[in-house]
Amino acid sequence: MSVLLETKAVVKQFGEFRAVDRVDFRVQEGEVLALIGSNGAGKTTLVNLISGLLTADEGHILFRGHDVTKQPVKERIRAGIARSFQLVNLFDQLSALDNVALAIFSRQGKTRRLLSLADADRPVWQEATDVLALFRLDAHARTLAGGLSQGERKLLDVAIAYALKPKLLFLDEPTSGVGTREKAPIMDTIVSVVRSEGISAAIIEHDMDVVFSYSDRIVAMHQGTILADGTPDQIRRDEKVLTTLIGTPEPPRPSQGGG
Amino acid sequence: MSTVTTVVIPARSPIRRLWYAAPVLAVLLVLPWVAEQYQTILLAYGLVMAIAAIGFNLLLGYTGLLSFGHSAYFGVGAYAVALMVKYLGVVSMELHLLGAIAASVLVTAIFGIACVRYTRIFFSILTMALSQVLWSLAFKFFWVTGGTDGLRVPTPTLLGVVTGKGDKTAFLVHQYYYYVLGVFLVCVAIMWVIVNSPFGRALQAIRDNETRAQFVGIPIWRYRWVAFMLSGVFTGVAGALWVPLNGLTTPDILHWTFSGKIVFMAVLGGFRTFVGPIVGAVVYNYLESYAVGYTVYWQLFLGVILVVLVLSLPTGIVGTAERLMARRRGPR
Repeated sequence: MSVLLETKAVVKQFGEFRAVDRVDFRVQEGEVLALIGSNGAGKTTLVNLISGLLTADEGHILFRGHDVTKQPVKERIRAGIARSFQLVNLFDQLSALDNVALAIFSRQGKTRRLLSLADADRPVWQEATDVLALFRLDAHARTLAGGLSQGERKLLDVAIAYALKPKLLFLDEPTSGVGTREKAPIMDTIVSVVRSEGISAAIIEHDMDVVFSYSDRIVAMHQGTILADGTPDQIRRDEKVLTTLIGTPEPPRPSQGGG
Repeated sequence: MSTVTTVVIPARSPIRRLWYAAPVLAVLLVLPWVAEQYQTILLAYGLVMAIAAIGFNLLLGYTGLLSFGHSAYFGVGAYAVALMVKYLGVVSMELHLLGAIAASVLVTAIFGIACVRYTRIFFSILTMALSQVLWSLAFKFFWVTGGTDGLRVPTPTLLGVVTGKGDKTAFLVHQYYYYVLGVFLVCVAIMWVIVNSPFGRALQAIRDNETRAQFVGIPIWRYRWVAFMLSGVFTGVAGALWVPLNGLTTPDILHWTFSGKIVFMAVLGGFRTFVGPIVGAVVYNYLESYAVGYTVYWQLFLGVILVVLVLSLPTGIVGTAERLMARRRGPR
């Protein structure tokens, strides 16, 4: 496995508060990684710096060996970085199908065309239909995004990012605000798509069950720095993680707990 | 991808809508032969304002930007024509239109750079302030613009052959009416393609969610700027077409209250639909003309009518009509 993304001592300061403090963070090609930490630990800020919503004050961000630290969002997307949002960001007055199609038009550089009809571009609609099917949203293709349920909106948000054909996908709390029963199906859908396409994914998540069951590697953040980095088993036993994040220095429950 | 699915093509059927347009077009074509001259001229004014309104609505309805300064581009179109006549002696209507387009591209390109970085009330105020700058220029530089007296413009030559010499009313009611109708249809067709193009979809995406649009790779400022220019050019074309009807350009058309009229037309007709602003412009134009003829307190009278209409038809005339039709079709 080779390194896909690497941050070198990135810093982001908001006034007196250092949200991200000299973080070295790596994503390997093809892995599914979880980013954990309490609120305010700097997870979302780190993702914002990498995806281009914010610009780093110091340090460097390398994607496939190229420095993207100061690049505009558009260039980072073209390079292969895409993301979803914690508070879902959709085009509410467009249909689910239009939402995905727009990402495809944009990826193909076709949004510049103003004298051709969007509906006439059959390959784009074919691809958009396929993407919706992958995310089990095909039944809602013509529903306005604003009228979908929370779980469907979460999936559509990821589907839009996926339609950009990224190499690295950031998912900011893909199951927040969703009922407990809906979480597993959503994560199953997302992770199976990501793994079958060989996309690297970094998932910010608070639900530890989700974190431990879907990720290859876990990075724990605390107060703007990386606290621990390892496989789910290593993190489960990590003293620092247990004391700062989970709060009780108990040994982890055995996986087959007797009843 | 291994999944096999049938392609879903969005359920928009533009062709069927053209059937609704056919009878309207028939009425527009025969009107000068059956209606009074005054009615035809009134409709010509309505069609001109409709071009301005669809231009305006590219920003409000499709890009989510409320411009309170479209009088500027209407006025730029109109004054471009008047100044071409005054200083260059140009009488060809086609050259007038080209001049108006060039002038409005120039002005919107500059104003746009300043405006498209802002949204909501900040955008509205900025567009309004810039339009007021042009108004005060037209007002103060009277040796160029004629000040409040305005500039007289004789009837132009259409397509190099048709001249308005002789009976001016007959010219306006027939030749010029059809000329306006022709330009109107071309403008509607072009705008319809623009809003249904991938670019038009991108604008709607920007309207719905700026951050997300940015994160599918759309350069939002640049696209807003292009939309701003297109919007202003349509309105500038309307300004140029308006000049021969009125025979005179005055600073009134640059004043922000004129922008307010354009906003009102779009809202009255329904800015969430494509045809809404067209219907709104024609209806507003009739309302205003009759209100002026009916009472000296026409502004008050018109204001009351407009408040009632907006309160009772919050989605505009076309939005309400569509809802009623959908409800009638619903139970089946």
